[in-house]
Amino acid sequence: MTDVIRVHDVSKQFALRKDKSLKERLVNARRSRENAESFWALRDIDLTFASGSTTGLIGHNGSGKSTLLKIIGGILTPSSGYVERRGRLAALLELGAGFHGDLTGRENVYLNAAILGLTRKQTDGYFDEIVDFSGIENFIDTQVKFYSSGMYVRLAFAVAVHVDPEILLVDEVLSVGDEPFQRKCLDRIRRFQREGRTIVFVSHGLDQVRQLCDRAVLLDHGNQLVDGTPTEAVRAFRDLNQAAEEAEEENVDIAAQGTRRVTISDVSVADLDGRPVRTLPSGAGLQVRFRVDPGSRLDDWIVGVALEDSGGQVVWGANSDMQGFSLPELTGAPEEVTVEFPEVPLSEGVYQVSIAVASTGNKIVYHRVNRLATFRVVTDAYEDGAVHLRPGYRVGDQAVPRGGVPLESAAGER
Amino acid sequence: MPHQQRGAASPAAPTRTIGPAVGAGEAPLEDQPLERVNQPVSFWRGFVPTVRDIWAYRELLGQLIRKELKVKYKDSVLGFVWTLLRPLLYLLVYAVAIGVFLGSGKVIPGFGIYLFTGLLAWTLFTDIIGGCTGSIVGNAGLVKKVYFPRELFPLSVVGAAMINVLLQAVILILAYLATWSFPSPANLPLIPLALVALLLFSVGLGLILAASNVFLRDVTHLVEVGLLLWFWMTPIVYDWTKVRTTLTVDNDLAWLFQVYLANPMANIVLAFQRALWPGGQTEAGAAFYYDGNLYVRLGVLIAAGLVFVWVAQRLFARSQGNFAQEL
Repeated sequence: MTDVIRVHDVSKQFALRKDKSLKERLVNARRSRENAESFWALRDIDLTFASGSTTGLIGHNGSGKSTLLKIIGGILTPSSGYVERRGRLAALLELGAGFHGDLTGRENVYLNAAILGLTRKQTDGYFDEIVDFSGIENFIDTQVKFYSSGMYVRLAFAVAVHVDPEILLVDEVLSVGDEPFQRKCLDRIRRFQREGRTIVFVSHGLDQVRQLCDRAVLLDHGNQLVDGTPTEAVRAFRDLNQAAEEAEEENVDIAAQGTRRVTISDVSVADLDGRPVRTLPSGAGLQVRFRVDPGSRLDDWIVGVALEDSGGQVVWGANSDMQGFSLPELTGAPEEVTVEFPEVPLSEGVYQVSIAVASTGNKIVYHRVNRLATFRVVTDAYEDGAVHLRPGYRVGDQAVPRGGVPLESAAGER
Repeated sequence: MPHQQRGAASPAAPTRTIGPAVGAGEAPLEDQPLERVNQPVSFWRGFVPTVRDIWAYRELLGQLIRKELKVKYKDSVLGFVWTLLRPLLYLLVYAVAIGVFLGSGKVIPGFGIYLFTGLLAWTLFTDIIGGCTGSIVGNAGLVKKVYFPRELFPLSVVGAAMINVLLQAVILILAYLATWSFPSPANLPLIPLALVALLLFSVGLGLILAASNVFLRDVTHLVEVGLLLWFWMTPIVYDWTKVRTTLTVDNDLAWLFQVYLANPMANIVLAFQRALWPGGQTEAGAAFYYDGNLYVRLGVLIAAGLVFVWVAQRLFARSQGNFAQEL
């Protein structure tokens, strides 16, 4: 395999100048020097990209992902280090960057195609295809300033994918448009991959990175933290997020509701043996433990538990009543409650536990604590969706053995 | 994830695009050399590669010029007529104020055409300078997101200005027909020379102004004021003999007159008047043709202009690495 892009020890320093006009510079002459604060957007990045590879750049906002793309694309020059590359390059750093609101869709297609490197003749040839792909035939002769943002993006992407680059730089543009259109875009990206083009893309959609990339690089404050498989990088990124969240947890008053007739405290997550855990392999058992303090005798009470993923989506939720358990009367003394899940076949990710104590039918909510405990599930498999399933494959009568690391041990090591 | 070829159903054109990177050609990727992005070039040698680069992007330049022209008068009812109305209005104002009230019209034959030939050169100059100054800042969105030679922005302004001038020249031809007086063909070779000099000079200045405006927005306003001053330092609405009389006859300031004539725009405007204003062929008007050797003057200007463009481009190239982050 050939290296298509080589990034050699690239660093980029930005000067933050706050005064722009001559007047401001004269008035603030003394402060001008102080105003020229600088920060490192990238530090000592050293990467090579092989032809045909798809690499995802992940990291927080401001971690330097876009800056790195711009340096590869030649839009910014690095403060030190240099980039080498071969082959034609198209950078989709912003959809419709070349669009002019006063021009019609048709005129903009020609202009944008020229910006991305197509000749007029080639654009003529692709024009119908582009319009077809965008699906906005009826508005092609309308000025784009009258377009909805969805239409705008559709047309821009349609132009961009019809340029025929060997290297494609994509910055966070795949997350636009409605779902069918997104799927169309992803299909296009996959086709690019099959055609052996090199793709470098920035995304905040970690699932997208895992689906599309064969490699991922995690950047944090301009430093290159992880360069490895998407699973590794995404996991490291989630660790980073978790650390940040935990730091925040200390200060945040966890959203709590209820009459406080009963109070919940000491929420923790443990494995089946009762040892506190933060990380567990998918499929292992889990205990959610907490303390209830009813203050006085109470016989009408239920316990509700919900597990949410990092996107806030409830992946499981129920209460003891719904599940057919009626809880014994509380005497008034604090009591330890354990909700035990014999197995948690969730897909990889960070999950948060919310707990509520209420009267039957949720008529009175005594106490509800949201997202008070966090745990992480790890798997060794590439998969999509919320649950971790372990299918076997059979071709004809022949069962296909699984290659690589045995599932259990791989997950157990972490 | 199941994925069907829905979006990609359209038959893929198997041809590989030859984009601006034509140099890379059709060779398989492995055979293409690794090229350093933004290769630092020495100050002395960077000009020729840039010109080659711009040539490779000529299609885009065409599109950008088209955009400039379309956007300027989009949504206006009169559209391109405005291109003609503006100089006509200037013409009217100067013809009345200076030709009639100040009496120049009685002295200079065909004063309207005299004014218009000068204004033609001047409009081209101001269109280029004014347009170039804002060209990088005005296209910030593109500068920050896409790479192509940044010189294309000022150059697209130049292209659009040239087309405008061609349209305005139609008025001149109509004026010839109306007055049935035509310029002498003997002087016409001055026009291409004057145009080349004007383009070189204004492109060079435009490049410098475009780049400096990125770092200091005051440049826009400076240019406005500067052009106003420059307009009156150029014999467009008055004739050059008045300046000569004032400086060399009334006062002993011949050197100042030479300084006045060193203004490139003065030479270009004088050449335009000589080539395009038929009034000078009459006995009354002959004095208003500039009597120096305009061919030599324009030749010197072109030579200096070439050097100037080279210097300007090198300065532009030096600063352009910082455009994207300054905008």
